[in-house]
Amino acid sequence: MKYYENSTVFQFNWNQVAHAFWQRYPNPNSTHVLTEDTVSRKVKNGILHTTRLLTKTNRVPKWGERFISKNVIKIIEESTVDPKTKTLTTYTRNLGYTKVMSIVEKVVYKVCEENPNWTVAKRSAWIDSQVFGFSRAIQAFGLDRFKKNCTLMYNGFNYVLAHMFPHTAQYMNPSLSQMGFAHLIDEGIKTSLAEDFQYSLQGKAEKVKDAAKKATDLAKKRAGTIYAAYQPEQS
Amino acid sequence: MEACKELKAKYDRCFNNWFSEKFLRGIYDDSECASLLKVYTECIAQAMKDQNINIDEVNMAHLGTEQEKKTED
Repeated sequence: MKYYENSTVFQFNWNQVAHAFWQRYPNPNSTHVLTEDTVSRKVKNGILHTTRLLTKTNRVPKWGERFISKNVIKIIEESTVDPKTKTLTTYTRNLGYTKVMSIVEKVVYKVCEENPNWTVAKRSAWIDSQVFGFSRAIQAFGLDRFKKNCTLMYNGFNYVLAHMFPHTAQYMNPSLSQMGFAHLIDEGIKTSLAEDFQYSLQGKAEKVKDAAKKATDLAKKRAGTIYAAYQPEQS
Repeated sequence: MEACKELKAKYDRCFNNWFSEKFLRGIYDDSECASLLKVYTECIAQAMKDQNINIDEVNMAHLGTEQEKKTED
């Protein structure tokens, strides 16, 4: 079994992140997500409990095709939202093929301790495989793919947040263009929400320019992606 | 699920509004979207059945149970 964890900071407040969580798809990085459906949902003791079924396409390496014939996988996402403690927890697992590769991921979104207007997402993942003779290779492949997907998910979520809350997004650092969405931003601003009307695009452009200048150093410090990956002995 | 697309769109619109305007503001009564949720999830249950998805496996809770994996910190 391989264990992995990292923390990322969203420069949006917890309410914004929780609101946008349900509207993350589609985004430019989520073309692999085919469907997302609610299986059940209830409020119990002030906490919202949801189970959703997602289907995604997944790249399978040539050597993996002997274990997984089709590349559409089903994922179960359980979540709880507690508005009192401002905690959103998600727990996802793949359905079927769990002997070949099981990926369990838990993400806890909480208010950032250093800045109450920001949100920290702490992600933990457990990657396992029980295919005799191939488990190490499959786990290593799974971990590698998972790490790459983390960045895509993070940027995709930021893209959605920036379009839902353009007012807040002006101060984002790194900016969307630095996350690789430069070609999509003009369109995004045009279609962005009415709350932004009071801000001239000119002013926004200047702020973005300003932010871009300072970005290189600050990006690392502020939006810091801290990650640690290690492999327990038994892997 | 393709078969439930319209029901999903209607429900999601209701839910997203309720979630930000009510739930996040401490109003926990979720009856306003309940009927839309019911028809939508019934559609999903049928679609899962049609696709031979193991519904018991879908509904088995892991989060907050003994099944939940422990973080290593």
